[in-house]
Amino acid sequence: MDPHTWTTVADVVAGACLLGGSFLALAAGVGVLRFPDLLARMHAATKPQTLGLVLVLAGLALRIRSAPAVWALVLVAILQMVTAPVAAHLVGRAGYRTGKVPSETLVVDELTADVQRAEEERRGRAGAGPDDLGVSGS
Amino acid sequence: MTLLALVCSVLLAVGATLAVVRAEKGPSMLDRAVALDVVVAVLVAAIALESAVTRSAVAVPILVVLSIVGFLSSVTIARFAATEPVGEGRVLSRAEAVAAEAERHAREIAEEEES
Repeated sequence: MDPHTWTTVADVVAGACLLGGSFLALAAGVGVLRFPDLLARMHAATKPQTLGLVLVLAGLALRIRSAPAVWALVLVAILQMVTAPVAAHLVGRAGYRTGKVPSETLVVDELTADVQRAEEERRGRAGAGPDDLGVSGS
Repeated sequence: MTLLALVCSVLLAVGATLAVVRAEKGPSMLDRAVALDVVVAVLVAAIALESAVTRSAVAVPILVVLSIVGFLSSVTIARFAATEPVGEGRVLSRAEAVAAEAERHAREIAEEEES
């Protein structure tokens, strides 16, 4: 096939990727607005942060087709994949410890029992100390 | 490509608007942090879309910077602002703000008269 066909194919695939990524951003907006609690909203919010971002960046890479820019885009995708779980972990942890995750809505809840046991141990060791929520602690 | 860019920007704009509505409604700081993370993701997608339409790699460093610093806001909020006083989780309406201001004003006058 001649090069012209390949550039057309690349443009069409790029368009499909951009459309898919944008649709995931819309889905995240709807999910973040409509879902009832923090964890469900986080679930919706992660869609454009990883899959949507990778789709959009793939579309962009297929459009510009120059090696340095494509490597920078790979760097963007890797950095996002490294940093998004950090943010999600801390938000989920803080939400759990400030009581924004109702335990009865969870299918599996392995953390409540652990947190209660740790709390009892801490009380037993320190007497009836001041009751902090543990957000600033470890 | 122009039509595609239009459709994509409408999808991104609607997604960002819905996320901003959630950031306004709250009800907690963490919900707002999550919603603003979505806004940052939409911003990255919008810059990438613009670069794809114009076939220019000028904005790619902006994407790198956004992907590095984008998570700091929600980490900071989750770490330091997750516990908030009861009632602080929402923006006061105009009438409530006026009432709170009047109460504060009355208290100040009372303190002045005491002294």
